[in-house]
Amino acid sequence: MTQLALVIDLNVCVGCHACVTSCKEWNTSGAAGPLADLSPYGANPSGTFFNRVQTYEVGEFPHTETVHFPKSCLHCEEPPCVPVCPTGASYKRKEDGIVLVDYGKCIGCKYCSWACPYGAREIDEERKVMTKCTLCVDRIYDTSLPEAERKPACVMACPTNARLFGDVHDPDSVVSQAIRENGGYQLMPEWGTQPANHYLPRRKTRLRIHEDELLRADNPLKIEGRQPRPALSEPSLDDVTSW
Amino acid sequence: MHPAFSVIFLTTLIGAGQGLFLALFTAESYAAFGLLPPQDGRHYALGSAVALAFLLAGLVASFFHLGRPERAWRAAAQWRTSWLSREVIVLPAFMGAVFLYGAAHFTGFNPLLATLPSALPLRLTFFLGVLATLLAFALFVCTGMIYACLRFLQEWHTPLTVINYTLLGGASGFILATALAAQRAPQAAALLGAWAMILTALAFAGRVASLWRNARLRPKSSLRTAIGVKHPRIVQKAQGAMGGSFNTREFFHGRTAAFLRQVKWLFLLLAFVLPLGLLAAGAAGAAFVVQYLGLLAERWFFFAEANHPQNLYYQAVS
Repeated sequence: MTQLALVIDLNVCVGCHACVTSCKEWNTSGAAGPLADLSPYGANPSGTFFNRVQTYEVGEFPHTETVHFPKSCLHCEEPPCVPVCPTGASYKRKEDGIVLVDYGKCIGCKYCSWACPYGAREIDEERKVMTKCTLCVDRIYDTSLPEAERKPACVMACPTNARLFGDVHDPDSVVSQAIRENGGYQLMPEWGTQPANHYLPRRKTRLRIHEDELLRADNPLKIEGRQPRPALSEPSLDDVTSW
Repeated sequence: MHPAFSVIFLTTLIGAGQGLFLALFTAESYAAFGLLPPQDGRHYALGSAVALAFLLAGLVASFFHLGRPERAWRAAAQWRTSWLSREVIVLPAFMGAVFLYGAAHFTGFNPLLATLPSALPLRLTFFLGVLATLLAFALFVCTGMIYACLRFLQEWHTPLTVINYTLLGGASGFILATALAAQRAPQAAALLGAWAMILTALAFAGRVASLWRNARLRPKSSLRTAIGVKHPRIVQKAQGAMGGSFNTREFFHGRTAAFLRQVKWLFLLLAFVLPLGLLAAGAAGAAFVVQYLGLLAERWFFFAEANHPQNLYYQAVS
């Protein structure tokens, strides 16, 4: 079974919102119609986004750390939003595990958004249907694109490569390796939704310098320099010549 | 959660309609056993018509909740998994059963279908009434389970949600039946009034129990599990948008905690205390109106009280 997902490295994310804008650009140009923008130039602009970057401050000054946190649909392996849908518009694809909304069936009752603990779904105020991250399903299988570009728009846009895309069920995929080797974790594991998207934690890179690294005891140059001259009476290398 | 008036009206109106039908059939069953003087068919037909009017008004209110009401018929598709879909099926089925029950009484087409060993005749309206009663309870379960099945909303995820929807709807309908019977059948009014008081008292107990439970809930999720950073002090600095989003509109009631407390006392007074007093004083019509206003406040509070875990991601704009 394939389960496509994103792995987001919080240690690398700089909070530039490039994934947000590229996601909006790609999905607002898609066949499903534009994503609504409500008073985009007014005092309180609002609109439909599949991906948002939030920022948190962890700890108390001076021991603070800024965490930029990109947030989108996690494509849960046990999606609570799917069984509650009365029309079957909300579904999880068997072949690749992507959770999608059939915009032609959705009645806009918002019940699925109530059933998502992550707040990953947003109703489109103009189309009046529920929308969410599609994992750029109209991009990743597009054979007219070069193979290297068959990735979600957010992954393509990330300047620091904080977003990885792949099959989390394939143990040799780049995402599975990243999860396994860098402590990848899921959000709100307490609800048993088994999100497919994982996050990689912040990692501290500390330079540890030992005393013997500053003053090398085994410096070969110094050892040679200190070599005492052998006495003339001492045996020579070949018993013939002398120093 | 943000209380949507479409859903507040839907649940309170169909609750009253269901309760009214249950009260009607209770009175008819009492009459069949000779515990109440029998009424003519027009009495039950009128009651069914009023119940249908409430159910229809609730159904109309529910359409205002939908973004695409023209596709509402699709909502019957996923009855295997979705309680909302089950409600969408059971509500019209119940309305149909009430219509047939009322029509049978109105037209007088009420053939004898069976006889109990005690020589009690079982007519068509009896079977239609039993069917509608089962559907009425099924509808209470569906409506309650729509909320109770969402395990993230801990305030709702309890059997008390289903019990309270049943009791509140029952109390409201029995008070309405008492008010209707007071015009036409005083003996039935006394009995229905007693049941209305019992149901109101039970609903009071159930609602207080859920308030007591919810006041002691411990949220399962925290900002630590929400973003996966293990630190006791995490402060949000940006939520990704400054002009609000669906997430800030749909899941917050936008009122102060003090306002919520006032609504709580208001609905406890209007939905339970005053109707009990008015019923005791014999003013069933006033009791129904007062209680209905109280139930609107109760339902508003029901939604506002529920704290969705997604709110953890939307604590500060900047």
